[in-house]
Amino acid sequence: MDKLIRIENICKHFDFKRSFLNLTKAPVVKAVDDVSFEIYKNETLGLVGESGCGKSTLGRLILRLYEPTSGSVFYEDTNINLLKPEELRRFRTRMQIVFQDSYSSLNPRHVVGEIIAEPMTIHTDMTRREIRERIFELINLVGLKPNHATRFPHEFSGGQRQRINIARTLALYPDFIVCDEPISALDVSIQAQVVNLLQDLQNKLGITYLFIAHDLSMVQHISDRIAVMYLGKIVELAGGEYLFKNPLHPYTQSLISAIPVPDPKRERLRKPIILEGEVPSPVNPPSGCVFHTRCPVAGEICSQDRPEYLEISSGHFVACHYAGVRKASEIAHI
Amino acid sequence: MKPILSVKQLNTRFETFDGNVYAVNDVNFELMAGETLAVVGESGSGKSVTMLSILGLLPISTARVSGHAFFNKNVKAVDLIVLPANALNRYRGKHISIIFQDALRSLNPVQTVGEQISESLMTHLGYGKRKSYRRAVELLEMVGISQPDKRYYSYPHMFSGGMRQRAMIAIAISCSPDILIADEPTTALDVTIQTQITELIRRLQREMGMTVIWITHDLGVVAGIADRVMVMYAGTGVEISPVDQLYESPQHPYTEGLLGAIPNISATGKKRLVSIVGAPPDLFQEPAHCQFAWRCPYVFEKCWKRIPPNFKIGEGHLSKCFYDLKLKQPRTEV
Repeated sequence: MDKLIRIENICKHFDFKRSFLNLTKAPVVKAVDDVSFEIYKNETLGLVGESGCGKSTLGRLILRLYEPTSGSVFYEDTNINLLKPEELRRFRTRMQIVFQDSYSSLNPRHVVGEIIAEPMTIHTDMTRREIRERIFELINLVGLKPNHATRFPHEFSGGQRQRINIARTLALYPDFIVCDEPISALDVSIQAQVVNLLQDLQNKLGITYLFIAHDLSMVQHISDRIAVMYLGKIVELAGGEYLFKNPLHPYTQSLISAIPVPDPKRERLRKPIILEGEVPSPVNPPSGCVFHTRCPVAGEICSQDRPEYLEISSGHFVACHYAGVRKASEIAHI
Repeated sequence: MKPILSVKQLNTRFETFDGNVYAVNDVNFELMAGETLAVVGESGSGKSVTMLSILGLLPISTARVSGHAFFNKNVKAVDLIVLPANALNRYRGKHISIIFQDALRSLNPVQTVGEQISESLMTHLGYGKRKSYRRAVELLEMVGISQPDKRYYSYPHMFSGGMRQRAMIAIAISCSPDILIADEPTTALDVTIQTQITELIRRLQREMGMTVIWITHDLGVVAGIADRVMVMYAGTGVEISPVDQLYESPQHPYTEGLLGAIPNISATGKKRLVSIVGAPPDLFQEPAHCQFAWRCPYVFEKCWKRIPPNFKIGEGHLSKCFYDLKLKQPRTEV
């Protein structure tokens, strides 16, 4: 498979502003800390983690909406962190993003047609007529009606607004779209509509997705491969179905065990691995393995040494001292 | 067995400048002592408004509530809907209490968490200061807050989301209520914290023998915790059933659609999600026919003529639909 995007040792640290009288060292939030992975052409890579784990920051780093503290993102063979502003602007047509909040990402004073036309007027020299045709083509593609083009965003429901967002991202024929929790704010029956739409578009247009979410069951449904993040680091990455059968990191094991099964008989037998405590503050992350404070299988080494992120079998990456040796489910239920 | 709460012909509408909003339309259900009833529906389906109507917590200036809600603990049943506020206060908090989704907004920001628990003990049970302090600390310990004697003096903003929800639960269970209404208690929380809170409520239910109404939009969660399920759509209960039957053979097209929209993680090979076309209706129209007719794949003429009555399908299994999903033909009315 061809690689589309290669991320190398990327870090993003946010500095707190230090007040003028405070002479102590300014705290640093390590939102994304030394992350490397690849995204293949025409695949969907799912990225899961709890709030504050850095998954949205990572999505924005890949689009260079944030400048990384260190590390780089390669898009095919181009290092996008070295592009000059004008080159980057032209490059932007190839990569797009869909946000979680469909309302605040649409200009409330523009009608839908204008919203979808804007990328084309900025980036292309298409004539007005060509743009008009393309607008109706896109509206049709995402399952809206032609007369919706003259309406304002507030006249639509959440699911329809997310369709408008998707239509706008598709305007310039992108290769790659970051979907940043596109369905989290939607109702269950509408979530399914949007997920089906995203899959249809991928089959039709061959787009690559980075699908960010906190709902592991939906991620498993849509993704070819899944990356699990915890406190700024990727702790495990593997093929979707494979990961669900062989999770090696105790955090992944607990996340999978927490997914409710929509079948009463099996659901009553499900034993979730309940993690104690809450996610520590990224300002002051734990020493060694960042997960050791909540880990059911942690040993002495975990608080001292940071586990390396290793390819344990072909295509299965994990960062844990006890990967494959200790299982959370066996220890948590004694 | 006699039901502890029976709700009959409950209707709630809001009078607004734009017209009436028909939020709850003819809701009927019975709650048996000790059981867990799950109320499932999308946002705006009236699940919270139903509970708030029963407890008299809606603004009297705009909300018009009619119908009955008999609370049946003692020899004589009381109709909570017609009780004046001061008489209702003897039941609210003491016999029936509620946990809301947004814990931060439900707690008083300028009072310590401990004081807020004590307040309910002093009001309803007539405890003195020292006795209520001791009980409040006990309650904080019961809901799993470490160092409860210190945390008694903490303010809500010093707590994390999960801890705030625990504090809310401590207040709700302080008077050992007969009925606990949990209104989406885990929706705003992270996955690992959701599991903790769900397990906590289930443990307390077992220990204290409470009857629980669990409001949620997630049919997956329901499978494991509920004895019976009521599915709500556009302000009415469209199907009510024992949990096993509901998942095995849903008898309302809406329930069938909701179940199809959940990704099944154990299924081999990827199936397309079943999505329900369209969006929920607006509630400004007084319902004159089945409210699901616009989105229903089985719709026929009768559905547009009048509101379907409750058809009895099996023991304790009711569905408001003219179409028999098992036989794939319209039902005959008796």
